[in-house]
Amino acid sequence: MNRTTTARRRRLAAVATGASLALVLAACGGDGDDGGGDDMEEGGAGAAEDIDCAAYDEFGDLEGTSVSVYTSIVEPEQTQQENSYDAFEECTGVTVDYEGSREFEAQLLVRIQAGNTPDIAYLPQPGLLNTIVSDFPDAIVEPPEATVANVDEFFSEEWKEYGSVDGTFYAAPLGANAKSFVWYNPAMFADAGYEVPETWTELMELTETIASEQEVLPWCAGVESGDATGWAGTDWIEDVVLRTAGPEVYDQWISHEIPFNDPQIVEAFDTAGEILKNPEYVNAGLGGVDSIATTAWDQAGVGVLDGSCWMYRMASFYATQWPEGTEVGSEGDVYAFYLPTDQTDMQPVLGGGEFVAAFDDRPEVQAFQTYLASADWANQKAIATPEGGWFSANNGLDVNNLASEFDRDAAALVADEETVFRFDASDLMPGEVGAGTFWNGIVDWLTGASSQEVTDQIESSWPM
Amino acid sequence: MSTTPAVPTSVPQTEDTGPTKPRKLSRLEKRAIATKGRLTSPWASLTAVILAVLWTIPTVGLLVTSFRSEIDIRTSGWWTVLPGIFSGEAEFTLDNYDQALYGNGSNLSEVFVNTFVITIPAVVIPITVALLAAYGFAWIDFRGRDLLFVGVFALQVVPIQVTLVPLLTNYNQWGMQGSFWTVWLSHSIFALPLAIFLLHNFMKDIPRSLVEAARVDGAGHVKIFFRVLFPLLVPAIAAFGIFQFLWVWNDLLVGLTFAAPEYRPLTVAVAELAGSRGGDWHILTAGAFIAMVVPLVVFLLLQRYFVRGMLAGAVKG
Repeated sequence: MNRTTTARRRRLAAVATGASLALVLAACGGDGDDGGGDDMEEGGAGAAEDIDCAAYDEFGDLEGTSVSVYTSIVEPEQTQQENSYDAFEECTGVTVDYEGSREFEAQLLVRIQAGNTPDIAYLPQPGLLNTIVSDFPDAIVEPPEATVANVDEFFSEEWKEYGSVDGTFYAAPLGANAKSFVWYNPAMFADAGYEVPETWTELMELTETIASEQEVLPWCAGVESGDATGWAGTDWIEDVVLRTAGPEVYDQWISHEIPFNDPQIVEAFDTAGEILKNPEYVNAGLGGVDSIATTAWDQAGVGVLDGSCWMYRMASFYATQWPEGTEVGSEGDVYAFYLPTDQTDMQPVLGGGEFVAAFDDRPEVQAFQTYLASADWANQKAIATPEGGWFSANNGLDVNNLASEFDRDAAALVADEETVFRFDASDLMPGEVGAGTFWNGIVDWLTGASSQEVTDQIESSWPM
Repeated sequence: MSTTPAVPTSVPQTEDTGPTKPRKLSRLEKRAIATKGRLTSPWASLTAVILAVLWTIPTVGLLVTSFRSEIDIRTSGWWTVLPGIFSGEAEFTLDNYDQALYGNGSNLSEVFVNTFVITIPAVVIPITVALLAAYGFAWIDFRGRDLLFVGVFALQVVPIQVTLVPLLTNYNQWGMQGSFWTVWLSHSIFALPLAIFLLHNFMKDIPRSLVEAARVDGAGHVKIFFRVLFPLLVPAIAAFGIFQFLWVWNDLLVGLTFAAPEYRPLTVAVAELAGSRGGDWHILTAGAFIAMVVPLVVFLLLQRYFVRGMLAGAVKG
């Protein structure tokens, strides 16, 4: 076909990307100087001088080897991932072959079964790690000492636990996301004279005020997501469980020490229902309460941008879902505040993340695993993500390297001492519930079933 | 359905178009005219038009959407621009196409070549093998022929999903995973039962006397195949070729499972366009149309064979 044109276009694109990257890097370097001067401005992303190459000496001479990585992260985030490996590749001479697929979760199991495993896979939820370890006991290789040392140094005990199965540590955490956010339009709030609520009570008061003063309903919501419809609703419930019942009950709820239809859980459903099932509060600009079930999660919040909706509770990764040209920032078009709580001693944060599982123990694979668990990688990744929309729970990550105000805030929230981080419950529950009846239950609940009915139904589906 | 019976008429019709000298109509032609009369009732036409419109609406919607800007796609339905088209208020953009073709690493333009490299051998290989097998089944008498033929025929009921893991395991053991070969082979494997069956039926349809006459004249199997049968088989081959071409071109499952990332076909790339969390689906509309262009052209150019061959396979009991 038209080969030359394509090639020329690609060269142009490469030059353009390079140029913009250089600009961003220059800006980053400037920031770095103000913040106490680090060596970022000399090399930029992908330079071996920026990271500690000696860390990988123990794995021997790796020149010319390669590591294959299989993930669910595809374009446009794929390029950012690949760029963050440059420094490691330069250090060790290892080539990282990256493959991203939206069909990752199904295809990974097929590949394991067929013996065609990648060297490394990024598992988007601990539940999948559990499944693989129990169904294919020899598939996942335990990480080397160096990786474990990195994880102990840079991640909290909780995060290490999420990468473990039955006390054996398998997978180091990679990126993170936080789900306890409410997206809003700063300009709309300022014009109407509303303040960002600090407690759950204030949030409900604000909701009431908006409902009575404004023509537009306060909340928009949407849980439709193809064959995963309902997950956005489970996040809502989980966030409320953390706030009304607390993290301990939340843990018992996941491990099924208390039944799914425990009164405290039913109460959380009802509390969430005060917003989600109240036709005076939802569903702004989209229809009635039942429209929540049919509105796509990535479409539901768009009303915040054009003023047809005041608030939309959605995870940090919604920052990258806004239409192109939307400015995400406290002074910009949209921004998010922490979903507040009435608890005074802690601020619970619901979140998720990816975990690095290795299927081979060749030295280059172990070296790469170690790199991914290091603070060096987290910082390289932050620099390689100029558009923002990424952060990590790695405490060696210098928040000044993060590109956007929102990422810095989100990372700070996760790292905050007051914060009690809890992983998305539906990712930790058995698959039949967490990726099945809980999702369906949300749809039933939004279309008329009572909290008691729905929780009873989910409880009866819990595998024995 | 209403269009299918109309087809036989088109064959004699096209032959009639030239200025021929008046002659007596054959029985076939009389029947054709009668059928044509019955089918050209206004009600039948109306039904056909309604069906055609209903079937086309989603595609039109996709086409309109692919030219709208991201924010428009997200906030309103494609039909809302229809009034605007006539008043000139509707705004259209090529951004989605630009992004799908050259945007952020997705590079459909590059993957396009992969799909061709996958599709052409995946059409040629099964047809070649199936022609030979069909000839054997149709014209060579050997022990257990019928049993074997039933066996091949029965293979059609094996769903391809069942074979994915065992096939991948084997490819792995043979050390050929991820190459174009696995994709070509898999497509050939999946296509062969139907191909053999269709071509066999078609070959069987050719009068025995024709083949026997050739044999009496001293022709061997090779000569019979190339000189006698092959010219008669062209429509059937073309028909199956189009089937197979469309099937392979549109296939996602085989490409996804067997092809390494650098060899991935268009369908896999288009599926990835939606982004990690499915938020970029506005580019999908453009991607879908880019992927659709080639099959559409192939179909329009070869549709005569398509319908003719379909009947050839189907009418035969």
